[in-house]
Amino acid sequence: MAGTHAAGVREPLVHLSRRTGMPFWKSWLIRLAALAAGLLICGAVAFILIEKLRDDPGKLGDFYCAFIKGSFGTSRKVWKMLKNLAILLSISLALTPAFRMRFWNIGAEGQTLVGVLGAIAVDFYLGGKIPEGLLIALMFLAALLCGGVWGLIPAVFKAKWNTNETLFTLMMNYVATFLVSYFLVIWVPSGSSSLAKLKYGKLPTLVNDYFLIVMIALLLTIGLYIYLNYSKHGYEISVVGESVNTAKYVGINVRRVILRTMILSGVLCGLTGFLIASGLDRTITTESVGGQGFTAIMVSWLANFNPLMMILTSGLIQILNQGAAQISQDFNVSGALPSVIVGIILFFIIGSEFFINYRLHFRHHKTREAIR
Amino acid sequence: MNIWLNFLIDSLAFGATFMYGSTGEILTEKAGHLNLGIPGIMCMGGAGGCLMLNLIGTSSLPPFLIVILGILSSVLAAMLMGLIYSFLTVTLRANQNVTGLALTTFGVGLMKVIMSKLSPTVYLVTPKAYYRWPFAGRQDSLQCLGVLFFLGVAIAAVSSIVLYRTKVGLHLRAVGENPATADAVGINVTRYKYAATCIGSGIAGLGGFYYIIDYMASQEAYLSLEAFGWLSIALVIFALWRPARTIIGSTIFGFLFSCSSFITNLSFIQVTMAMKPLLKMLPYVFTIIVLIISSVRNKRENQPPQSLGLPYFRENR
Repeated sequence: MAGTHAAGVREPLVHLSRRTGMPFWKSWLIRLAALAAGLLICGAVAFILIEKLRDDPGKLGDFYCAFIKGSFGTSRKVWKMLKNLAILLSISLALTPAFRMRFWNIGAEGQTLVGVLGAIAVDFYLGGKIPEGLLIALMFLAALLCGGVWGLIPAVFKAKWNTNETLFTLMMNYVATFLVSYFLVIWVPSGSSSLAKLKYGKLPTLVNDYFLIVMIALLLTIGLYIYLNYSKHGYEISVVGESVNTAKYVGINVRRVILRTMILSGVLCGLTGFLIASGLDRTITTESVGGQGFTAIMVSWLANFNPLMMILTSGLIQILNQGAAQISQDFNVSGALPSVIVGIILFFIIGSEFFINYRLHFRHHKTREAIR
Repeated sequence: MNIWLNFLIDSLAFGATFMYGSTGEILTEKAGHLNLGIPGIMCMGGAGGCLMLNLIGTSSLPPFLIVILGILSSVLAAMLMGLIYSFLTVTLRANQNVTGLALTTFGVGLMKVIMSKLSPTVYLVTPKAYYRWPFAGRQDSLQCLGVLFFLGVAIAAVSSIVLYRTKVGLHLRAVGENPATADAVGINVTRYKYAATCIGSGIAGLGGFYYIIDYMASQEAYLSLEAFGWLSIALVIFALWRPARTIIGSTIFGFLFSCSSFITNLSFIQVTMAMKPLLKMLPYVFTIIVLIISSVRNKRENQPPQSLGLPYFRENR
């Protein structure tokens, strides 16, 4: 070390090294700090964008309170938040097995949408003609089947020819979107292209409209946690994700794991599609999933692909969303404000991962050590 | 003029939106970064340009200055977005898919907030004629080709030459294929990644600006812009990572997208309403087919850059 200094070679100002095993509390402290910093910047951005705030900076307090008011103000808002959380959470869970395998499935939007389409198609053609229980069961199966097939198609090509799955699944989203608008034209010949809410095929109500959906999402979380961490399948997924060559060497059939995991991923997306179709909307538009398939990718990644953590991360996103929606209502600004706020917070949390995974060594630290 | 010629010119004009977007994305991908933030970047490019035009649209500045200032401010806004992306993915080594998606969320949202505050009569009405410069005021369909269209074709052609015929391009491709090797040869990997991403973003941003101010030239144009950002990413694959091919590819995509509205004008083809969504689906289906064929044939020059999507950390082995 001293030798290089003597030779006059300038060391870079900052030197990086990987770090592992940062204490749990410390990594969460960093994430919280990032969240706080993000919220501060959100305040600054809102100050620029919202006229009412510029006129009366005292309202900045109201700005931050709206995040709490938006999700916890009334019990209806709490349930709405829980419902949104449950839907986002189940899509994120669906993506997780694929992500653990390092299969970058960014097609959840499409896989969920065809799930909705399958369920609604069954409802549209059979609703009222067969018993309600049978109808719901068929809708459920149709949604699972459609989602599974939509997930399987890219997986087949990945397994056989190593076709780039990120780009493939991305394209499948748009094929799904236009498939939905195709069926809408067929089902609604009037040209308005909006399907009226169907009468049949409603998921039974327990406690309130949203309770059952929240419970299903919760069970799914626990189930997937066990599947990924304590089953042979889960183990195989991790090995394939770590190194395909290792997996081949220990005798794992990589192709089969890829196909199986992507079917699972698609089926779970289809399940969420069923929840949206039967539990909430009972109709379909091209926006039925509303970009949550993309948000789910971030939710899953932020939670480090840990199903239990996803409750927290999807909760964070939905609280921010609802809070920002409350702000745009209170301060009378464009309804697009939630995406701006979620985007800023995401930048900070994404950036904070760096400080958890890497250690920074500054130049003067080193010289001091060298002198010692 | 012949209906087919009108059709072709409209496809060309429409296609320029994705031509910009995918030329920008190709430069970024050639540096090994799959930038899913392109839709957001294009939106912000549009918003940045319109913001400037909103300030100077009705001023007494000479028209060419208004045109240039609009372009510059659009490029600048998009480059700032590119800077956020490259800081997070290059310096902080964040996951590219997640960062890109966050950037799209942010960019689309911010664009909508900004655009809802601008006044279309100022940023759209007068400047539109300036941007259609050589053919403005003509009665035939040539009038929809303007400064920004020709700039787009030029940028796509020049990018192809730079990528495949110059040393800088060679270095950039080396960075995208294998950053460790490029680093060992003494290429500054970080600098190339930053430069490619920011320049690429600036180019893509112009696509959004072009779409709002020139091709659509309506006050609702910004609402439909995001979808064409995603189409630009599709076009990258369709063009097999060659900027010059995006000129042809974008025309085909433009053709497929606009033929659903054009085809109803042709008396000898019977089209039902249901066919329109299927026609719009075709660009994506073609892209998937191209993706599959290129992976089956496995020809080396038609593959995605090898380190696409992977962060580079020198000390990783």
